[in-house]
Amino acid sequence: MRFQDFVCFEGTIAELETVERDEAIEALVSGLAEVGRIPKKVSAEIARAVIDRENEASTGMGKGVAIPHVKHAAVKNVVAAVGQSEAGIDFKALDEQPVYAVILLISPANNPDSHLQAMELVFKHLQKEKFRKFLRQCRTRERLEDLLKEADEDPSW
Amino acid sequence: MVSRAEQAMRRERPEMQTGEGTLENLVCEASVEIKNAEGLHMRPAMKFVDVASQFECEISVSNDEMKADAKSIMEMSMLAATYGTRLALKAEGAQAQEAVSALKELVEVRLFDEPPPEGVGA
Repeated sequence: MRFQDFVCFEGTIAELETVERDEAIEALVSGLAEVGRIPKKVSAEIARAVIDRENEASTGMGKGVAIPHVKHAAVKNVVAAVGQSEAGIDFKALDEQPVYAVILLISPANNPDSHLQAMELVFKHLQKEKFRKFLRQCRTRERLEDLLKEADEDPSW
Repeated sequence: MVSRAEQAMRRERPEMQTGEGTLENLVCEASVEIKNAEGLHMRPAMKFVDVASQFECEISVSNDEMKADAKSIMEMSMLAATYGTRLALKAEGAQAQEAVSALKELVEVRLFDEPPPEGVGA
């Protein structure tokens, strides 16, 4: 699996307008609904489910990144949106540090394997300091798209 | 006596170093199978890391492609272990045996407190 197989670049927010976790999640989910990647009528429901999941246990894995996610029957394939925040968002992360990159992942309800593969790819790259640094420096949608596509093409990433 | 080759190997792989025949050298290995329907997604991976972190030992978890540190949530998530996947556990240190049996129970008996696939008994 590659980033471009599931990241919705049009739904990416290069600078989130909020530093509130729930609002950031809502903004990313609405972004996906705006461009038709999730049905508008379940947008609020999905955002709520992601927030509930986040309240259960933070997906802020440390090092400035969080991967809020949920499974929902309304999506057929895994879809992701990325939101960046220069100010940092309090995700109650494991290392208690602010989050600068939010990778929202919505997975189909009946395909646990595709969800795991998307997670694997996300973590494989987030593990690398160089990737995290470059990710944080992406201040436009185009830069972010370039970075993720480069990571897809170049195995040394 | 330790052979020269073995000494060299130990230098390259410091985690293999032994500590003068004390309990610190305990090594315990086991194979576990993922039996919950959703596989090793983030919540089970966190439970796994929580249990692993209670023990004083180094623990690795391997699939065919990679070896993950059992105490790192990111590395554990990278295993992307789906239902039916077999993973090799290896613990080294004073509590190696306890660690492996607790982790095996979490994965195969408790199924991470998650359901098995439909139609499969726990």
